[in-house]
Amino acid sequence: MLRFSLQLVGVAALSVFSVCVQADIPLADRRSGEHFMRAETRAMQNDPTANPATFALLEGEALWQKKIGSADKSCFACHGQAEKNMRGVAARFPTLSQGRLMNLEQRIQACRVEQQRASPWPYEHRELLALATYVGTQSKGLPITPSNVEGMQAHRDAGRALFQQRLGQLNLSCAQCHDARWGAQLSGNPIPQAHPTAYPLYRLEWQAVGSLQRRLRNCMTGVRAEPFAFGEPGLVQLESFLMWRARGMPIETPGLRP
Amino acid sequence: MKTHINQKRRSMLLGAASLSLLHRLPAQATPLDAATAMRAISGTTRTQAGRVRLDIPPLVENGNLVVMRVSVQSPMTESDYVKAVHVIAEANPLPNVFSAYLGPRAGRAEMTFRARLATTQRVWALAQMSDGSVWTGYADVLVTLAACTESP
Amino acid sequence: MTEPARTIVNVPAQAKRGEVIEIRAVVQHAMESGYRRTELGELIPRDIVRIFRCTYNNVEVFRAEFHPAMAANPLVSFTTRATESGTLVFEWRGDHGFSAQASASIRVS
Repeated sequence: MLRFSLQLVGVAALSVFSVCVQADIPLADRRSGEHFMRAETRAMQNDPTANPATFALLEGEALWQKKIGSADKSCFACHGQAEKNMRGVAARFPTLSQGRLMNLEQRIQACRVEQQRASPWPYEHRELLALATYVGTQSKGLPITPSNVEGMQAHRDAGRALFQQRLGQLNLSCAQCHDARWGAQLSGNPIPQAHPTAYPLYRLEWQAVGSLQRRLRNCMTGVRAEPFAFGEPGLVQLESFLMWRARGMPIETPGLRP
Repeated sequence: MKTHINQKRRSMLLGAASLSLLHRLPAQATPLDAATAMRAISGTTRTQAGRVRLDIPPLVENGNLVVMRVSVQSPMTESDYVKAVHVIAEANPLPNVFSAYLGPRAGRAEMTFRARLATTQRVWALAQMSDGSVWTGYADVLVTLAACTESP
Repeated sequence: MTEPARTIVNVPAQAKRGEVIEIRAVVQHAMESGYRRTELGELIPRDIVRIFRCTYNNVEVFRAEFHPAMAANPLVSFTTRATESGTLVFEWRGDHGFSAQASASIRVS
């Protein structure tokens, strides 16, 4: 019995020391998730009449013009034409806004509550995802340019620590799959590098459009860990790190993934 | 040698796919159900193999959206045309997937649609011709699993 | 249903008389199969689009029946011969009174 528990301690110690040894993927070797999909799925993503995420984009376009809340204001009333004024915006998120770290969906929510004076949507609400898809698409083709405002680095560092931390009953970190084993097969599908270049995206598995947070929570469930709650600061910090890790890669929103 | 390795991988994938089926589906259509569904279409007419081509990628990443294309050899004239096309999936909980009704105005007997496949299986396409004959074609599809699904 | 379902239809704006043209039609719909469950294990009832129909100057040129095995946001593409200038109307009908419509015009020379 004593020997058994000593062995356990030994295993635990080993795994503590094996944290943080994964090197970053060299910039030139980075590949979007698009690269790992089958050609048919890629073709569907790149054809707006076949990509099911197009419906979210169309819905977002209509919502941009819709007056709502007790302020009876549309997004357009403050921001004008999205094609012009939202260009490049999604490529900078998450960022610090009003002293808080926010992802794009949270920033849209803040506008909705504070400016439009409407009740907030629940996370993953279809309309929230539609607006995020519409705003995101205005950056399509532009490189990801992480925000460098004062204080962002600390959040990215926290995100990196989380990326490298072993989680769940499988005791796996994000880095062990997505830095060290990308390209290998898992359940018959290749492991991608986990670059969030196309969110919000339509995932065939979901049969719906979903956010990066939904995907991150899936991964946590996948390693049999208790997933973070939607909007939890740790999750936004992880998003910040992932966007920095994908810096310079082009935005593909509205994306499609298996 | 290579085929042997592929065969091994294939049976492993099949094993994984059927495990997930236990979680997700209440019942699975047996090829018998599929045969019944096909007989409901052809009636007393004996089906003939040929003239129907069903294109499905041999390996799909997610069974929730599978692009299928049916094309039937037919002159599509007033006197000789395809009346209907039916698609049947052997291992789906319900075998019927899609039916289309067309006529000589179609010009060509070709169509594409997107379906769901519960698992690795054989999918059939049946074409009913204007002369009453029924022709069949099929495709075998390997359905892989998404690495991390929402609910374990 | 608060607002009409979104649709995407793809019809060439112009064609030569007699030319076989390709048409694509997609409707926004979850195609709830009746086999999925909520997180609490309750079965989500079936709710699907059942019928798709395309008419060309009021004459039916293509009709399809969808079963629960059709993917969400059902897409169909098919062909028809360009006979005359006019309008193609697309119609979807489904469970719980679901109905959607779209149209496209074509110029035939």
